[in-house]
Amino acid sequence: MNLQNILNEIEQVDADMYDRLDHVSRRHVFSNFLKKAMAGAAPVAFAAILNKSYAQNSSVADVLNFALLLEYLEAEFYNKGLAAPGLIPAGVGRTVYTQIAKHENAHVALLQSALGGAAIAKPAFDLTYKGAFADVLTNYQTYLAVSQALEDTGVRAYKGQAGALISAPAVLTVALQIHSVEARHAARVRMLRGQKGYIVNADSGGVPAAVYAGEDNVTQGGVNLVTATGMSAARVTEAFDEPLTKAQVLAIATPFLA
Amino acid sequence: MRYLGATAAAGVALSACTNQLDEAVPTGSARAGYRTVDLGDLGSNDVGILNYAYALEQLEAAFYMQAVMTPYSGMTEMEKTILTDIRDHEIIHRELFKAALSSAAIPGLTPDFTSINFSSRASVLGAAALFEKVGVSAYNGAGQFIKNVDYLLLAGKIVSVEARHAAIINALLYPDGANFAGDDVIFPASGLEEIRVPGEVLTLVAPYVYETINAMPVRRTA
Repeated sequence: MNLQNILNEIEQVDADMYDRLDHVSRRHVFSNFLKKAMAGAAPVAFAAILNKSYAQNSSVADVLNFALLLEYLEAEFYNKGLAAPGLIPAGVGRTVYTQIAKHENAHVALLQSALGGAAIAKPAFDLTYKGAFADVLTNYQTYLAVSQALEDTGVRAYKGQAGALISAPAVLTVALQIHSVEARHAARVRMLRGQKGYIVNADSGGVPAAVYAGEDNVTQGGVNLVTATGMSAARVTEAFDEPLTKAQVLAIATPFLA
Repeated sequence: MRYLGATAAAGVALSACTNQLDEAVPTGSARAGYRTVDLGDLGSNDVGILNYAYALEQLEAAFYMQAVMTPYSGMTEMEKTILTDIRDHEIIHRELFKAALSSAAIPGLTPDFTSINFSSRASVLGAAALFEKVGVSAYNGAGQFIKNVDYLLLAGKIVSVEARHAAIINALLYPDGANFAGDDVIFPASGLEEIRVPGEVLTLVAPYVYETINAMPVRRTA
C-alpha cells in the first residue's frame, strides 16, 4: 500500500476535469449515471465514468483510495466479527451487523472498480488497535465500541473530503451516497450500545477521544446557534456532524494497520 | 444577505458549458388563500439550494413540533426523548438557514399535516420515516449543485444527522430489523443510498405544504 500517496495533501481538483470526459456530454453522463444508480447498477456505471477520467486525476484518485482504505478496514472488521464464534449474538445484533457488512463489502467493490488499476491493495489489519482493543473479537461490548468509532470516523472522513470533490459532481454524489449510509450505521450501532444515535458534544463514549475531536462546535456558517436558538450547546452539537481532515483520520486509523 | 453576499458574487466560473438535468418540476398555482413560493433556478446560485433546504427543514421542524406537542397514545419516554431531540435538531437547522439567507430567505411555509394522525404511533413514525428518507435523498441529490465549498460542507454536516434520524426512526418502527439502512433505500449491490433531484422532492412534499413551491429545472453551469 502506498501510504505516502495517501498521506499527501489533496490538491485542488483540475478545473478541466470534464474535458477528460472526451466525446461524452456531461448531461449524457449524468442522466445515464443517475438512471443506472437508481437501477442498482451503480458500480458498473460509476466505474465506466471513472476509469476513463477521474482515476487519471491524482487528486480524485487520492480521495477514492483514502475512502477505499477505510472501507477495507470496515469490511475486514465486520467480516471477521461475523465469523468470530459467539461474538455477535443472534437476533438484532446479527441482523444489524449482517446488513452493515453487506454495505461495507459493496463499498469496497465499488471503489475498487472505480479506481481500477489505481486502487490500493488491501493492507493487513490489526483489529486490536495495537492491543488497545485486545478482546475486540471476543467481547461484544468492545466490538460495539470499536464499531461505533469506525462508523463515526467514516462519516467524518467522507465529510472532510466533500470539498475536494466539488468539481467532480458525479464522484461527489457517490461519496455523499456512501456518507449517509455510514451515518445510518453509526446511529444504529450507537443505539445498540444504549447511546444516543447522534454525537453529543465531543463525548467519546469510551472510544479514542480523537474520533470526536471538534464535535463540540456550536457555530455554523458564522452563526452561533446557541445564541440564535436558545438551545443548549449539547443539542446544537447533536444537530451537526463535523468533518475530519485526512491527516486526522489517518492518525486515528493507523494503529489498525498491522 | 448578511452571510451570502460574498458567495453570490464569487460564483465559480469554470466554462461555458451548461448541463441540464431532465426532471419534472412542479408548477402551478397555490391553494386558495396561499401564495406560490418560487425557489428560482436551483442550479444557478446557492441561494436557491439553500432555500430549498430551508423549506425542507421548515417542514420537518413543524412536523416534530406537532408530534411532541400532541403525543400519540402510548408514547414511551425513550420515544418522547428521541422525538424531542430530533425536533430541536430540525429547529436548529431551520434557524441556521433562516439566519444565513437573511433577506433572501423564502417566507415561512404553512404545513398541511391533515393526512397525518398525530394520535397514532404508526402514522407519526411512518411520516417521520418518510420525511427523513426524503430529506437525506434530497441533500444527497442537491450536493452536486452547490457551488460554494463552505455550503457544501454545511450540507454535509446536516445530511448525516438526517441520516441518523432516518436510522433511529426506523429502529423504533422495526427494532429487530435491518430497516435502519434497508434495502429499500440503500441499493444492496452498491451500498449507495438513494438520491432525489429537487423536482422529485418537491412533488413528494407538496401534499404537506399549503403553499406551492416551484423551482426552475435544475441547471448546472460549470
